[in-house]
Amino acid sequence: MIDLIFAQTLNGLASASSLFLVACGLSIIFGVTRIVNFAHGSFYMLGAYLAFTLVSRFGPADALGFWGGVLLAAVIVAALGALVEIVILRRIYQAPELFQLLATFGLVLMVQDIALGIWGPEDKLGPRAPGFKSFVVLMGSRFPSYELFLIVVGPIMLGLLWFLFQKTRWGTLVRAATQDREMVGALGVNQRLLFTSVFAFGAGLAALGGALQLPREAVNLHMDLSMISEAFVVVVVGGLGSVTGAYLAAVLIGIIHAFGILIFPKITLVLVFLVMAVVLVIKPYGLMGKRPVGSAHAHGPVEPLLLPASHNVKLIGLAALAVLLLAPFVVADHWLLTLTELSIFALFAASLHFMMGPGGMASFGHAAYFGLGAYGAALAVKWLGMPMVPALAFAPFLAGIAGVIFGWFCVRLSGVYLAMLTLAFAQIAWATAFQWVDVTGGDNGILGVWPAAWAAPKLVYYYLALAVCVVAILALRIIVFAPFGYALRAGRDSPLRSEAIGLPVMRIQWIAFIIAAVAAGIAGALFAFFKGSVFPTYMAIPRSVDGLLMVLLGGVQTVSGPIVGAFAFMGLQEQLMKATMYWRFVMGASIVLLVILFPRGLVGTALAFAERRREAEPAAPVTATPEPAR
Amino acid sequence: MLEIEGLNAYYGRAHILHGVGFSMGRGEVLALMGRNGAGKSTTMKAVMGLVPPQAGRVTFEGHTIVGREPFEIARLGIGYVPEERRVFSELSVMENLSVAQRPKREGAPHWTPERLFQLFPNLGRMRDRPGGAMSGGEQQMLTIARTLMGNPKLVLLDEPSEGLAPVIVEEMAKTILALKGEGLSVLISEQNLHFAGSVADRATIIEKGLIRFTGTMDELKADEAVRAQYLSV
Repeated sequence: MIDLIFAQTLNGLASASSLFLVACGLSIIFGVTRIVNFAHGSFYMLGAYLAFTLVSRFGPADALGFWGGVLLAAVIVAALGALVEIVILRRIYQAPELFQLLATFGLVLMVQDIALGIWGPEDKLGPRAPGFKSFVVLMGSRFPSYELFLIVVGPIMLGLLWFLFQKTRWGTLVRAATQDREMVGALGVNQRLLFTSVFAFGAGLAALGGALQLPREAVNLHMDLSMISEAFVVVVVGGLGSVTGAYLAAVLIGIIHAFGILIFPKITLVLVFLVMAVVLVIKPYGLMGKRPVGSAHAHGPVEPLLLPASHNVKLIGLAALAVLLLAPFVVADHWLLTLTELSIFALFAASLHFMMGPGGMASFGHAAYFGLGAYGAALAVKWLGMPMVPALAFAPFLAGIAGVIFGWFCVRLSGVYLAMLTLAFAQIAWATAFQWVDVTGGDNGILGVWPAAWAAPKLVYYYLALAVCVVAILALRIIVFAPFGYALRAGRDSPLRSEAIGLPVMRIQWIAFIIAAVAAGIAGALFAFFKGSVFPTYMAIPRSVDGLLMVLLGGVQTVSGPIVGAFAFMGLQEQLMKATMYWRFVMGASIVLLVILFPRGLVGTALAFAERRREAEPAAPVTATPEPAR
Repeated sequence: MLEIEGLNAYYGRAHILHGVGFSMGRGEVLALMGRNGAGKSTTMKAVMGLVPPQAGRVTFEGHTIVGREPFEIARLGIGYVPEERRVFSELSVMENLSVAQRPKREGAPHWTPERLFQLFPNLGRMRDRPGGAMSGGEQQMLTIARTLMGNPKLVLLDEPSEGLAPVIVEEMAKTILALKGEGLSVLISEQNLHFAGSVADRATIIEKGLIRFTGTMDELKADEAVRAQYLSV
């Protein structure tokens, strides 16, 4: 027993090293540039692929060839990182946080297709490291010597990084900029150079982490997203901006994984979640983190006031509804499917908007509640033998329960911390669906989730979905303009003052979180019966990002924006998927371009444009009222 | 040395500066005076490029500086000491100084940590203390010392006496006079006429984003009406 514990501890320590390198880079980049770099997992993946190519070319048996290839891969990715910073990020430092995040997710999509184009879809098995091919016998069990090497790499890198940050001028500048980058600029430090070098350095660290995994596991196209979610967990647990914290958290997570596989092989990620939960309850800003100074809304324009729909907007809404109601009599049959899907995603986007806009809580993992709604319906049908209507009613409860639990943790944090936590929770939900094969069918999903006979015709199901979605969206709107909605917005805009006038801000946010989860769950349940099946991908990261895109495309400042955004996004995606196999690349590039061209979002840009025109008029009134948004 | 003309600046939608203009000469200490919210800090930030001016001209030793990045403006020889001090609280005193270190500059006094510790003996006794563990007065000294590490020709001091104990305010006045003695030009923003009078040669008064008075300190002291209208609370 003792030797098993020993072996698993070593295992955990070995996997911690790469995780540490990636998380550390992520943390440093966020500290200085305030950008949550979703593409950090992509740098990790590129590092592994490049190392595979370079090592194969230089000769894997030769020590110089192998280690030279690994290091060169890191250097090349660092250069790529610098290029990305100069070409893309430099243009969007002033944009709201979520837009920056979207731009980096656009990069993720682009890199996925570039890697697919260059290296193909098959997994790549790397060579073993020269000099570390044998086993070492420790306490009676054989242990690969490369694992021991990795265990040593972690603390060595920690020491090197400590030296770099404490003892060099560059490190001092990075630490100073992490605290107050504007002041560093005002003291004559070239910020552009500093930002570029920090980004390149972080990218290089991630790539090194990937390259070092080469002898350990196969390189594949899914490494990026699985790594980024773990890195988020590590950063949240360790504390943003702390290198030592990142190491401690990486070791903790690595060891939990190792033992989890031994004890509860099905729910290793749930264990990770439990540990994260315990840490965050005791230390909300992570093991070594500090409470962030300054406001959460550091940049971006002031949000315009949300106002109830005007007469005109109501008329337009009614007209749109009439069009949707009459559409089946005009359009071809297959359009009914598209329209059903659009209605469902409009509700999904509206539920995310409810949380992000009035609630002020950016969620990177909203697909979790959509997916849980879908699984709720599927499980009710498969395991409880429920017919469609009770299953539809039951499903949102599963999403709601997740909202109760996840939300309780999330509302304790704010800003990026909150967003990273929502992503980590979504990954846990995804992993549960993926790993718990006995109940969820794992990757194969659950099939045969068909609607009741009366709702089976496409036309009937379309009207059913439309009716449920319209009622749910209207309910969300009513809540936004009810006293609860005012309290929610008050808590978003000024938590301290709201507390001072007696509003329980956290509880209000928690309730809003649950409401949004339930609404997303309704959308998910409708989607399950619509497709007839559910899969873990329903709650994967890309679906969460789809939701973000819909909301931001339409404009987070308006209540009807996300609905428009959902229609625009789904239409675009469908056309792209038809047009090219590399639709991810095109999609990613369009996202990046959109963010660069409209750093304040489509609606924000339009509002700014309208304002400039108004100010240009000679007789403009001095007391301009803010443009009300609808 | 510094000429400002028609400076307009905004914070978001709020129009703060409506055409500020004044100039200052080499080796001069100019007090930029006015009540809270008059636009003193914004003027300094606009000069520094921290609040990009929407209109107007700012030249420093013949260089147009509107539209340049703050770090470029700093490298031309303008040092900025913000009102909120903004010490790097997790960096030690020595590290705070090293962040701002720039090469020796022609026509400006050259500062090293050792020289600064003669000017601020307190700092010399706490070289390894983190900025966050210092008193308000010590932090104020550290921000000034930090800015001097860039070897500036002109220092913008935003409300240096604010929130300091009277003894320290006196020390601050001595420091400013010592800087003047080194040949530095200093623009200080100030609400306190007594303090301004003890260090400045001239004063310029700003109110609602416009310059309302410019003259020598003696002229201001003699002008009861101006003081009552723009300075008294």
